[in-house]
Amino acid sequence: MTLSANDVKRIADLAYIEINDVEAKETLDQLSGIFDLIETMQAVDTSTVEPMSHAQSVVQRLREDEVTEADQHELYQSIAPQVEADLYLVPQVIE
Amino acid sequence: MFNASLKQLAVQLAEKKISSTELTTEFLRRIKQFNPEYNAFITVNEEISLAQAKAADKMIAVGQAGPLTGIPIAQKDIFCAKGWLTTCGSKMLSNFVSPYDAGVIERFNQAGAINIGKTNMDEFAMGSSNETSYFGIVKNPWDVAAVPGGSSGGAACAVAARLTPAATGTDTGGSIRQPAALCGISGIKPTYGLVSRYGMIAFASSLDQGGPMAKSAEDLALLLNVMTGFDLRDSTSLQRDAEDYAQDLQKPLAGLRIGLPKEYFAEGMSQEVARAIEQALVECRKLGAQTIEVSLPNAPLSIPVYYVLAPAEASSNLSRFDGVRYGYRAPAYSDLADMYRKTRTQGFGAEVKRRILIGTYVLSHGYYDAYYIKAQKLRRLIAQDFAEAYERCDIIMGPTTPTVAFNLGEKSGDPIQMYLSDIYTSAANLTGMPAMSIPIGFGDKNRPIGLHIMGNYFKEAQMLNIAHQYQLVTDWHLKSPV
Repeated sequence: MTLSANDVKRIADLAYIEINDVEAKETLDQLSGIFDLIETMQAVDTSTVEPMSHAQSVVQRLREDEVTEADQHELYQSIAPQVEADLYLVPQVIE
Repeated sequence: MFNASLKQLAVQLAEKKISSTELTTEFLRRIKQFNPEYNAFITVNEEISLAQAKAADKMIAVGQAGPLTGIPIAQKDIFCAKGWLTTCGSKMLSNFVSPYDAGVIERFNQAGAINIGKTNMDEFAMGSSNETSYFGIVKNPWDVAAVPGGSSGGAACAVAARLTPAATGTDTGGSIRQPAALCGISGIKPTYGLVSRYGMIAFASSLDQGGPMAKSAEDLALLLNVMTGFDLRDSTSLQRDAEDYAQDLQKPLAGLRIGLPKEYFAEGMSQEVARAIEQALVECRKLGAQTIEVSLPNAPLSIPVYYVLAPAEASSNLSRFDGVRYGYRAPAYSDLADMYRKTRTQGFGAEVKRRILIGTYVLSHGYYDAYYIKAQKLRRLIAQDFAEAYERCDIIMGPTTPTVAFNLGEKSGDPIQMYLSDIYTSAANLTGMPAMSIPIGFGDKNRPIGLHIMGNYFKEAQMLNIAHQYQLVTDWHLKSPV
């Protein structure tokens, strides 16, 4: 499998990380090495194996849809970068 | 005093030979003296620690003390602690004072333990040398030219240098056991689901598990008794009856079957590590154990499987860091998308970005089956290898790391070499089985060597029993660099 610098820039874009052309090239070299290591997985035939997503095969616990938390928005918003009128402020999205 | 076991400290506190305030003051003094050199702690808060000590002294005075009441414990800076700066080793959280306590922190608080400070770590626990921390490298107290290991490098350094009687760590691919081995201390990653992940900043949720780091197996047992237990707020927390992890410490080892995976004793292990492991196995045989060869044919694929699954889960977990609700926000940006991008670009370090990119790629359209599903299938084969091995043996032993601690800077430019530091440890995270490391000697330049003891699900008490019996007839765990 071969990655290109364009692939790296596309992935960075998906991950909301900025990367310039010089960094993309450096990252490409490192990621290519890592993916060579990852490729060694393909040597094993796993066609009849079920994927294992979790260490314990437990059933997801469910609970009643009840309010269990007290309202602590003032405490939680006290550490936010920007808050106004109990709302988190971000740059304007809708004109 | 600073070499005492947790049990000895509890006796001294109960007999009023020392107060928690005096004990806490002494460890705070040692941190002040040695931390400028080692950089094991990111945050120390004398006011909070001493207030906790004062409260603990009151509990002791009225006879309400438990085994850890009044004893200082260093907390890895991945555990949210109310009122404490909780950075996870990242610029992204360099201003984050947690508004709540993690489940683990609550348990230590209820036990009357003292939070002596928050320990340094690789950024978001991604690293094996503690060189990726935004707050600087940590040094190995046995040799300051060497790395302490990672990601719980600050915790391992702090215990080894006797800046705290014990510490907490977290282990996603070896982050408790590898630094424990490289710093000559004991550490255990319990069965997945035993220790609450609530308030433990997530790296790879299906692999992350908290655990204790201390001088001895006996200390680890007392710490596990406090740390483990069901937590409704962690969806993967296991509902089990409480277990006393110290109950089997005194059992003799006669008849114990130790499995030695041939794949772990093949190439890759250094001569000095191989010699120390052989010596440790000689001691175990003297104690009545027998050793047999077992095989884990898929175990060598643990590293590639791990470097698909862990970054995939990390890229998803770390998408929450966007500069909106808490943590770092870039000072200048043009619009919302640009704010996300600049915040994440400036807030994350190089290794974290690398892993986010790997994870984003393996989860992206067209590659999901080839990488992510393939890795999950191999994860099952690796777990089956261990299940089959445990039909023939009670416990598995091998090296924790292929070599002693490497030099600072030696592998920081080569991610693959760094990743291979966890070659023996990451399988236990993939299977969710418990594994621990204990000190068994020294190699080149007096750098410590660790023995890896792996067990089947919920075999912590037996593993601690074996480690304790070994520590009763050896004194490696009593050695300290100070």
